[in-house]
Amino acid sequence: MSVDKETVRRIARLARLKLEEERVEPMMEELNGILAWVEQLKEVDVEGIPPMTSVVEQRLKMRDDVVTETDHADALMVNAPGGEDHFFVVPKVVE
Amino acid sequence: MSDLTDFTLAEARDAVAGKKISAKELTQGFVTAMEGARALNIFVTETPDIALKMAEASDARIAAGTARPLEGLPLGIKDLYCTKGVRTTAGSKILENYVPQYESTVSQNLWDNGAVMLGKLNLDEFAMGSSNETSAYGPCISPWRAKDSKTALVPGGSSGGSSAAVAARLCLGATATDTGGSIRTPAAVTGTVGIKPTYGRCSRWGIVAFASSLDQAGPIAKTVRDTAILLKAMASIDDKDSTSVDLPVPDYEAGIEGGVKGLRIGIPKEYRVEGTDPEIAAVWEKGAEWLKAQGAEIVEVSLPHTKYALPTYYIVAPAECSSNLARYDGVRFGHRAADPKDLIDLYERSRAEGFGAEVRRRILIGTYVLSAGYYDAYYLRAQKLRTLIKRDFEEAYKKCDMLLTPATPSPAFAIGEKIADPVTMYLYDVFTVTVNLAGLPALVVPAGLNTAGLPLGLQLIGKAFDEATLFRAGRALEIAADLKAKPQNWWSQ
Amino acid sequence: MAIQSEERINGARKSKLIQGSTGAWEVVIGLEVHCQVLSKAKLFSGASTEFGADPNSQVSFVDAAMPGMLPVINKFCVEQAVRTGLGLKAEINLTSVFDRKNYFYADLPAGYQISQFKNPIVGEGEVLVDLPGGEVARVGIERLHLEQDAGKSIHDQSPDSSFVDLNRAGIALMEIVSRPDMRSSEEAAAYLKKLRAIVRYLGTCDGNMEEGSMRADVNVSVRKPGDPLNTRCEIKNMNSMRFIVQAIEYEARRQIDVLESGGRIKQETLLFDTKLGETRPMRSKEEAHDYRYFPDPDLLPLSFEQAWVDEIAASLPELPDAKKDRFTAMGLSTYDALVLVAEKETADYFEVMLAEGVDAKAAANWLNNEYFGRLNKAGLALSEGPVSAHANSEIVKMVGENIISSKGAKDVLDILWAEGGAPRSIVESRGLKQVTDTSAIEKAVDAVIAANPDKVEAAKAKPTLAGWFVGQVMKATGGKANPATVNALVKARLGIAEEG
Repeated sequence: MSVDKETVRRIARLARLKLEEERVEPMMEELNGILAWVEQLKEVDVEGIPPMTSVVEQRLKMRDDVVTETDHADALMVNAPGGEDHFFVVPKVVE
Repeated sequence: MSDLTDFTLAEARDAVAGKKISAKELTQGFVTAMEGARALNIFVTETPDIALKMAEASDARIAAGTARPLEGLPLGIKDLYCTKGVRTTAGSKILENYVPQYESTVSQNLWDNGAVMLGKLNLDEFAMGSSNETSAYGPCISPWRAKDSKTALVPGGSSGGSSAAVAARLCLGATATDTGGSIRTPAAVTGTVGIKPTYGRCSRWGIVAFASSLDQAGPIAKTVRDTAILLKAMASIDDKDSTSVDLPVPDYEAGIEGGVKGLRIGIPKEYRVEGTDPEIAAVWEKGAEWLKAQGAEIVEVSLPHTKYALPTYYIVAPAECSSNLARYDGVRFGHRAADPKDLIDLYERSRAEGFGAEVRRRILIGTYVLSAGYYDAYYLRAQKLRTLIKRDFEEAYKKCDMLLTPATPSPAFAIGEKIADPVTMYLYDVFTVTVNLAGLPALVVPAGLNTAGLPLGLQLIGKAFDEATLFRAGRALEIAADLKAKPQNWWSQ
Repeated sequence: MAIQSEERINGARKSKLIQGSTGAWEVVIGLEVHCQVLSKAKLFSGASTEFGADPNSQVSFVDAAMPGMLPVINKFCVEQAVRTGLGLKAEINLTSVFDRKNYFYADLPAGYQISQFKNPIVGEGEVLVDLPGGEVARVGIERLHLEQDAGKSIHDQSPDSSFVDLNRAGIALMEIVSRPDMRSSEEAAAYLKKLRAIVRYLGTCDGNMEEGSMRADVNVSVRKPGDPLNTRCEIKNMNSMRFIVQAIEYEARRQIDVLESGGRIKQETLLFDTKLGETRPMRSKEEAHDYRYFPDPDLLPLSFEQAWVDEIAASLPELPDAKKDRFTAMGLSTYDALVLVAEKETADYFEVMLAEGVDAKAAANWLNNEYFGRLNKAGLALSEGPVSAHANSEIVKMVGENIISSKGAKDVLDILWAEGGAPRSIVESRGLKQVTDTSAIEKAVDAVIAANPDKVEAAKAKPTLAGWFVGQVMKATGGKANPATVNALVKARLGIAEEG
């Protein structure tokens, strides 16, 4: 399988990565290089093989229903590029 | 002061505990070395003030008789570990100004053991790379040079800062992480020791995620013993990481001199890969002979799906990374593009500006293999391959206790040599990546120098949670190799 | 859907059909209901779930998806999902998997929502929905899964910015997905009401729609009776029964109009504009969906033992259906029983009365005919009403013990409503006790007969006039005489034979 330019644009959009038009073709070639290489997995018969869900054989840990966190609003804003009054701020979204 | 930095971690520990030197003296020695080695671009952030303060606190504890196992020992921390109040970049521009408000479990464990933080070490961006060349803060340069050459070599990756710092004697040991070989490749090409523990042995909490099902923290240090000491301190049972295992941490150092008598060492025939440097093939053979000479039994085993490990990895890891890196969106932290016209523009430009080429490439591959219509063909198939790869090891371990393999297909290469072609770079992890897919532990130990005087490493792959036996066998290799060489200091200013 | 005898057109119930210009249309509705689990902490972090806190004050670093943060699941939330599954008579999956649903949105910090896609914790079940006229509709439950809630964006505070508050981000939701088994807006509302009652009985969700702890995404399509299912539209985030009814009706009509004018229905996500009473496409969902689900590698598969499920099953309370059956077995009409079980508070109130030993039927009549009517009139919820279950029990009991007449009972309730107090002492102090002393009643009857000789003659000719005498006697005794006794005495004195 290989990707065309339209697919590259679509996945870049899905991944929310701006891809300048002149970068589409080179990126397509790079991705196709990688995809051609992983193509060899098709040789393997995986019929009836369960996919790996976890490498550790352990039961999922659970936490008790206890509030352990305090108010981190100030700490959350330390790195916020558009923080205001303890809110994260983004360009206006129309729902 | 140069003597101090030549200490192994175990030697320094004994010297400090025995009050032969103070933690502050020791730390000052490393701070001086660190500041003198900026030409190597090893540290992304130096924290000398924190280091000296921690050392003073250590001296107070030593004086009070309340010293802890790593009291006053200066370490470097891979800049993928979140450190409270200290900038953590993950080698990326997107986190250029990110200051975590929390401390990773593993680094906290080290501080709780008395260790001292010298600074944050360079790495490939988000740990994606095998040479440290994808760092947004510039490549880290290996302290090693080939005989009669001034060509800058890579220290391996992604934990290139960690391996280079240890090899250049800028710290007693360093934390690192390994997703496809990122501890072992750097250790192998810098003549240092590194262990990727069993998945789940060290907590991933507070370590910037690359590929969650593969990422594992571990140490790089000068000797097998130092590595064992550090792993004991780093590992823990952590209720904050659902994938951390509920197994007590053994004292890895205690059994280290136990030898290899009676151990069955498997040689996987599929690791005789075409294109492997003949000197590496030779050191592999020599390694087997050394172990045999010390009483181990050498058996040939087969891991039939080895050749599929790399392509499997390059589906699973990008898929997970595409999702793990979605949080870097310019909303709550990290780089935000200027004057976004709307939310989508903010996302698309912040991410495109903040991520480097390799990260962007992997995000796109990962997005593609998970996208509608391709999931079964790529991701699901890759996860099935993982099952087969894990079964290979289970079969092999019916015949042997551990495996001996090369660590890298060639010694350190020059900066710029492989960066142009992603797949060529990916192939450099051919011997290391299977271990991550199966979640197993593996130790890399320096085994010799090639004719150009560059270090070559060997890898021991163990059974799950059997790090102790790996250390024992690694120590046996270390004794046999008896490597005294270290890089000559050409970098000091 | 098992519906009792009803006229059908190609399998569709005629009474539910909507007339269009090209004939009758059937509306097909399925609901995805999000119920917030009543837990103290979030699904994967130790941050509080309390409603109404300051912005971002209940957000852990995990909820904010800071680098390196990892989820650990809240056991209580898992238990509530199992409980709810059992309440829906559904299959409980001992192993389930958490997946990541990947998409970018300002109030989705990680860029993915942890949800369950292929392997949910609860599989197929059903809900019996009681409809007016005694119909019972069976609505199939396709699945219930656990997932994280998103944060909240505030759009109306600034002309060019949205403000993001993550307090809600990471709160545990149970998404309960129904089969497209509903055929009218009333059925959808009745289903939601029943579901709400079930989770409230179970105590797994408070069902508070105003605070958003219960919200529904409504899937609507229309078809000609007997046709296969048509393309559906999803109306997102509805949190009022009234608006759900309005939205379904509007949307069904819109789709019928589109189809009848030769158009096609585009599968899309809609919002209901409550001011205009219209549905409109949701801007933020206009892009193609490709959620790239895959198992969350930060979590292992969720697994537990059947023994744990059995333990939870053993602790389930009696649910509305069983309660209704028990009440009807006590002699209540189905209608009365349904009214009493519809809300957990009502049922609990009634149960208190039953526990005090009232006659079930009398108590049900009293509540449904008297007390609930007054509450409705006053616009009060049961919990806001001024009269306790104990006080109402006392009134019902005094009627049964012939201490007060039914008129006296109403008087007691009036006094309790206005002034409070204890029913039995009110009866004493206000002299509301019913007169059962025959000699006193005889005196009153004789007095009335003596004063109205002309009426006596008339009544002898026309026995139905005896009622007038009864009324006069009741009036003379201030309503305290036992009406049956008065009636018998009047007839005896007038020489009118008792009927039957």
